[in-house]
Amino acid sequence: MSKKIKVLIAKPGLDGHDRGAKVVSRALRDAGMEVIYTGIRQTPEQIVATAIQEDVDSIGLSCLSGAHNKLFPKVVDLLKEKGADDVLVFGGGIIPDEDIPGLKAAGIAEIFLPGASTEETIEFIRNNVKTA
Amino acid sequence: MEDLVAGLLAGKVRSLAKAITIVENDLPGKREILKSIYPKTGHAYLLGITGPPGAGKSTLTDKIIAHLRREGKSVAVIAVDPSSPFSGGAILGDRIRMQQHALDDGVFIRSMATRSHLGGLAKNTVDVIHLFDAAGKDVIIIETVGVGQDEVDIVRIAQTTVVVMVPGLGDSVQISKAGVMEIADVFAVNKADRDGADKLLSELKAMLDMIKDEVKPEIFRTVATDDVGIDELVAGIFAHGKRVEESGLIEKKRRQKAENELRAYIYDMIMERAQGLEAYNDVVSRVAAKQETPMDGVEELFTELGIRIQEEKNAEED
Repeated sequence: MSKKIKVLIAKPGLDGHDRGAKVVSRALRDAGMEVIYTGIRQTPEQIVATAIQEDVDSIGLSCLSGAHNKLFPKVVDLLKEKGADDVLVFGGGIIPDEDIPGLKAAGIAEIFLPGASTEETIEFIRNNVKTA
Repeated sequence: MEDLVAGLLAGKVRSLAKAITIVENDLPGKREILKSIYPKTGHAYLLGITGPPGAGKSTLTDKIIAHLRREGKSVAVIAVDPSSPFSGGAILGDRIRMQQHALDDGVFIRSMATRSHLGGLAKNTVDVIHLFDAAGKDVIIIETVGVGQDEVDIVRIAQTTVVVMVPGLGDSVQISKAGVMEIADVFAVNKADRDGADKLLSELKAMLDMIKDEVKPEIFRTVATDDVGIDELVAGIFAHGKRVEESGLIEKKRRQKAENELRAYIYDMIMERAQGLEAYNDVVSRVAAKQETPMDGVEELFTELGIRIQEEKNAEED
């Protein structure tokens, strides 16, 4: 039996809109993954500490407040700092197209925009997490 | 693997987290890790929190953590949530209520999915407890899934089991049923500011009056969201632990725990070997087709594994 994929779905920043994060969480659950959901308004520090304790394979960040350029790279940096940069980080939310190259350069593996299907996200995680 | 164990024993978060993953998933190295740390276990206080879904177990756990931290104790939490019986996936959401402790080095929270294990806990919960114990945590809180009536595994593991009750879930007949109601060392009547709390309290007391045991569970009123009654509850928990320690029951509990761990592994290890036999699938087919009883099937598999079964000669003669 192969190890189950474990994903942390987290909402950094101050917006309280977590419908998207919950939809993704449920879709990943239905795809057989174990999903930790930590609720709204988490700091990057809290997210990374949680990811390390839970030893997750991947972190999905959801942000609708416009602060993604600051918060998403901060999560990646903190993971590096803690020696946990093998964790696959992806993001979603209201993110302008022109921000995407910068986020990818900062180490966010993929960005899912409104309209992306949950299947895409599931496939992406399955194909890119380090464990199998 | 040695680095991992050394890191774990030194209290390194990442080593502990990785070791838990290995143990939880039965990955290679599990046995070696457990072997190296097992002699160092047995010091932590194991506290079980159980009760129906929505009773406030996670919020109560959050407040108990805060209390223990003020006393300078290090805390680990194992938060168990159910796996989907259909996809095998899970949403582990107990942590939401405990995120105020995310940056506290003295608190380590780990979520576990039941993975269709019955009894209210995840399959390898006990082994994860050993890791936390060896890592020097003072108190390990095990929060079960939301339980109904019969998920009582926690009582075989925890030193003290708190059953969290809330007003409005049923009448006095529910309270007098067997199962979860019987395993409480301490009751917490949570959401005690709500209608029906007094009634629940008096019904609980009435039930406990009928118990003949010399040591009866204490009942505490709590409003976890407002941090009401937590100090009293925690004091009650440790008072219970002390009573068990002094009464000498602790030795009996230790033996019981050891037997339970052995039983779980005897089952797992024999099952694994049985499934590895060529005859295994044939036996399953014959039992499914009602050509053979499960007991005869087991005997056949045991014979192949070289395990002798005592025959019940006397019972069969008529």
